[in-house]
Amino acid sequence: MESQNSIVIDGGKYSFNAGETVLQVAQRNGIDIPTLCYMKNASPTGACRMCVVEVEGARTLLASCVTPATPGMIVRTDTPQVMKSRRLNLELLLSSGHHNCLVQDLDMDTWTDFQLRSMSADGHKDLCPVYGDCRLQELAIKYQIRGIRFEPAEPGHKIENVNPFIVRDLSRCILCGRCVQACNEVQVNNAISYGYRGARSKIVARGDRPLKESDCVFCGECVQACPVGALVPVRDIEENDPSKGETRLIRTTCSYCGVGCQMYLHVRKGKIVKVTGVEEVGPNYGSLCVKGRFGYNFVNSPKRLTAPLIKEKGNFREASWDEALDLIAQNLNKIKKESGPDSLGFLLSARITNEENYLAQKFARAVIGTNNVDHCARL
Amino acid sequence: MTNPIGDIEKAEVILVTGSNTTENHPVLSSYVKRAVTQKGAKLIVADPRRIPLVDFAHIWLRQNLGTDVAWINGMMHIIIKEGLYDEAYVDSRTVGLDDVKKVVEKYTPDYVERITGIPAQDLAAAARMYAKAGAGSLLYCMGITQHICGTDNVKSLANLAMLCGNVGIEGGGVNPLRGQNNVQGACDMGGLPNVYTGYQKTSDSAVRKRMAEAWGVSSLPDSNGLTVMEMMDAAHAGKLKGLYIIGENPLISDPDLKHVRSSIQHLDFLVVQDIFLTETAEMAHVVLPSASFAEKDGTFTNTERKVQRVRKALEPPGQARDDWKIIADLSGRLGYQMKYQNAQEIMNEIARVTPSYCGINYKRLEHEGIFWPCTGTDHPGTPCLHMDKFTCGLGVFHGIEWVPPAELPDENFPLYMTTGRVLYQYHTGTMTMKSEGLNRMAPESFVELSPGDAGKYGLSDGEIVKVTSRRGTIRARAKISRKASDGTVFIPFHYAEGAANELTNTAVDPVSKIPEYKVCAVRLEKLQGGI
Repeated sequence: MESQNSIVIDGGKYSFNAGETVLQVAQRNGIDIPTLCYMKNASPTGACRMCVVEVEGARTLLASCVTPATPGMIVRTDTPQVMKSRRLNLELLLSSGHHNCLVQDLDMDTWTDFQLRSMSADGHKDLCPVYGDCRLQELAIKYQIRGIRFEPAEPGHKIENVNPFIVRDLSRCILCGRCVQACNEVQVNNAISYGYRGARSKIVARGDRPLKESDCVFCGECVQACPVGALVPVRDIEENDPSKGETRLIRTTCSYCGVGCQMYLHVRKGKIVKVTGVEEVGPNYGSLCVKGRFGYNFVNSPKRLTAPLIKEKGNFREASWDEALDLIAQNLNKIKKESGPDSLGFLLSARITNEENYLAQKFARAVIGTNNVDHCARL
Repeated sequence: MTNPIGDIEKAEVILVTGSNTTENHPVLSSYVKRAVTQKGAKLIVADPRRIPLVDFAHIWLRQNLGTDVAWINGMMHIIIKEGLYDEAYVDSRTVGLDDVKKVVEKYTPDYVERITGIPAQDLAAAARMYAKAGAGSLLYCMGITQHICGTDNVKSLANLAMLCGNVGIEGGGVNPLRGQNNVQGACDMGGLPNVYTGYQKTSDSAVRKRMAEAWGVSSLPDSNGLTVMEMMDAAHAGKLKGLYIIGENPLISDPDLKHVRSSIQHLDFLVVQDIFLTETAEMAHVVLPSASFAEKDGTFTNTERKVQRVRKALEPPGQARDDWKIIADLSGRLGYQMKYQNAQEIMNEIARVTPSYCGINYKRLEHEGIFWPCTGTDHPGTPCLHMDKFTCGLGVFHGIEWVPPAELPDENFPLYMTTGRVLYQYHTGTMTMKSEGLNRMAPESFVELSPGDAGKYGLSDGEIVKVTSRRGTIRARAKISRKASDGTVFIPFHYAEGAANELTNTAVDPVSKIPEYKVCAVRLEKLQGGI
C-alpha cells in the first residue's frame, strides 16, 4: 500500500507526511513550482495563483500551496495549460499596478509615452528601486511575458515616505498579502491588514493611515517579505542605485540585544547600504527588529574615532599608536610598581567579541596581575 | 537561558516577568506572541507597567515595585496547598522543599495582596495556570535582577519552576533574557572578578595553576577582584588609581552618576577604548579608537548560550583597530608577547582552556552557531540544560523571605521611580543616537506617568517636569501613558540629557552586586516656563 503516503509529481513518485501540501512535497524534492505569495512560516493563502498545478481528476487547476497531498494523487507542474494560466496571471499582475520595468514590451511610441507618464508621477522619476531584485520581474522574464494584453494602470496611490525607515508605494503592490502575513503571523505586530473591497482593495494600517500613525514598530519584516517594489527601505531609494557598484553580502550577528539575530550586511563601496535577516537559521529565521534592520548608520558615522587621542592641558590631541600605547604602558607600569596590581581595574565589554574579552581578562590577570575585571552585565 | 529560544513556542504556559519583551527583545517577543496566537499557549505577564505584551496576556499581575519575592511565594503557597506541584519531579530531582514550604506558609493570597497589590483571585488563577501546564516557560529580565533582592528574586523563580517540574524539559526552563549582544559571552570569557573562562573559579588553586601554565606565567592573583561599583568606590577612596575601560559608558549606565563622575575624576589614569568619544571617553587621559562589530571577525554568545560568528564586512575608519590587536600590542610593551594571526587563533586557545567551549571552532560555526556546553569537537552542543539531572546534581530549593526595596516613597519623595529602555534606543545611545531614523523616533528623555498622577500634579502631555531624588535632579518632558500605574513614574536611561541614572539608587544586591535601578523614590515638580 505504498500509494497510501505517496503522490506522483511529473512522473516521479514522492512520499509525503500527513498535512503536507503539494507545494511542500515538490519543494522538498527539488521540483520548482513558482510562487509569489507563499511564505514558509505562515499559513498559505492561495492568493496569487502562480503555483497552480494540474491534478488528475480535478475540474480546474489547483493552487499547490493550499492543496493537501492525498494518497495516489497525480500532479503535473508543467503542462501547456499550467503555463498558460501562469502567464495570464503574470500579465494581469503586471497590468494591475505601476510596473514600468523592461517587461512592458510595447511598440516604441507607446512605450515612450507610457514611461514618460509613469515617471511624471510623484516620486517615480527613477527606475523602480527594486529593479533586478523583484520576484515579479524575475517571473515575467522567466515566463517570457511579451506584448501588452492589458493596458497598464497609472500610479493609483501616492507614495508614503513620512517615516524614516520604510517607503510605501502601493501603486506597485500586487496584493499578494505577504506583508500582512509577515506582520500578523510572523512578528505578530498586527499593524497592517487588507482594507476596502474589490478593485479598491489595498493594504492598510489602522484605518488607512500612514505607518507612523499606526501600531507599526518598523521591524521591516514586511519589507523583507515584499516580492515587488511596494515596500522599500528609505535608504534603498536614497542610495541603492545598482549602477553605483557591486553589493557584497556578509553574514554576521546583530550587535544590539542578546537575541543574536543572524543578518546579512549589504556592503557597497565600503559602506553598509542595507541589512536583511538570514532566513535559513535561528534564532530569527529572517526576522529582525527596527534597530537591527535600520540602526546601522552609526558604523559609517563621521563621529567615529579614527585616531588615538591623548589629553593635554584638558584638550585632546591626535597621537600615533606607538605614542599612545607607550604612554599607557608607562602609566600602567608606574601605578603597578608604586601601588600594586590591585590599584588597577579593567572594565571589559558586553559589546566586543568573545575573543577580545578573553584577551582583555588574560591581560589583566596574567600580565598586570589583578582580578579587578568586570563589565556591565549588572547594569 | 536554560532552554533555547525556539522552545518558547513549545510551552503551554509562558510566564513573563520583569521584561518589556516587545521593546527590548523584539524578535524573541515574536516567539511569545506566536505561541499565544497560533499555538494555544497561555500567557501570564507580571509587570508593574502595562507593557505592550499585556495585550496578549491571559492574566496580568500588576505588582508594586520590588515585591516579586512576595507574589512568587504566594503562587507557591497556593500550588503547595492545592497539591498542584510535581511531586515525582521534586522527589527525584530536588532537595529542600521543606525549607520553602515553611517560608511560604504565611504568604497567603490575602497577605500577598497587601504587599503586592495583586488581587488574591488573580494570583490564584495564575498559580493554577502555571502549575497545571505540561511545560511552563519562565522568561525574565532586568526587572527581576536590578533589585537589592535580585538574587533572591531569581532563586524564587527557580523555586517556582522546580516545584512544577519545569526545569530540564522541552518548552520549560528558567530563562533570563540578556540585554546586550555579548553580555553572555563577556561572562563566559571571564569578564568577571571571580572567574576565568567558563566560570572556572579564580579562588580554586588547581584552576589557577592550570591557567598559569596555559598562559605561561609563574602565578596568577588569588585575591578577590572588584566589581564595577566597587571599583568606583575604590577610585573615590583613592585606592584604585588606574582604570582601563573597553566599550562601556559608565557615565550614563551606572547608578548615581554624580558619584561615578567624581570617582572617575579621582583616578590618576583613565584609558577608554571605544568607537565613539562617549561621555566616559571625554574624561579619559588616553582614548583608543576601536573597530565596530561590522569591521572585525570573532564570535558573540547570545542569550540562549549559542556561540555565533561575527564577520568582517568593512575596514575600520582611519587608524581604528580591532580591540584584540590593541590589547596584544599593549601586552607586548609590558613584556608579555601575545602572538595571534587572527581571531580564530584566539578562539582555539579559548577552547583549549575552557571545558564548556572545548568543542567550538570557527569551522563548526560556519553555517550555524553551537550551544555551550560543547565538550568536544564531536559534541553537538547543549540547547537545553539540566535535562536528566541538574548540572550540580540535585536542584536545591531556597526558602526566601520578602524584603522591601532599599528606598521607599516618603513625605519628601512621594513617588516610586523605575527605569528601562525604549524600542528605538539602545543602552546609552552610543550607537542608536547616531542612527538618524531611530533618533527621530525617540529623540529625548521623558517621564512616563499615569493619567491619574498627571491630574494630581496638573500636568499635560509634553510639559517639562523636574524630577528629584536624594541623589540628583533632572528635567524631562512628561509623557502621560496608560502604561504607568498611579504613584510610579518610569524614565528611560538612554539619555545624557535628563539622565535617569542621576536619580537612581546605588544600593546593591549583596550577592550579585547589581544596583537597584528598578526602584527609588522621587519628587515631581511642575516647571513654570521651559527647560
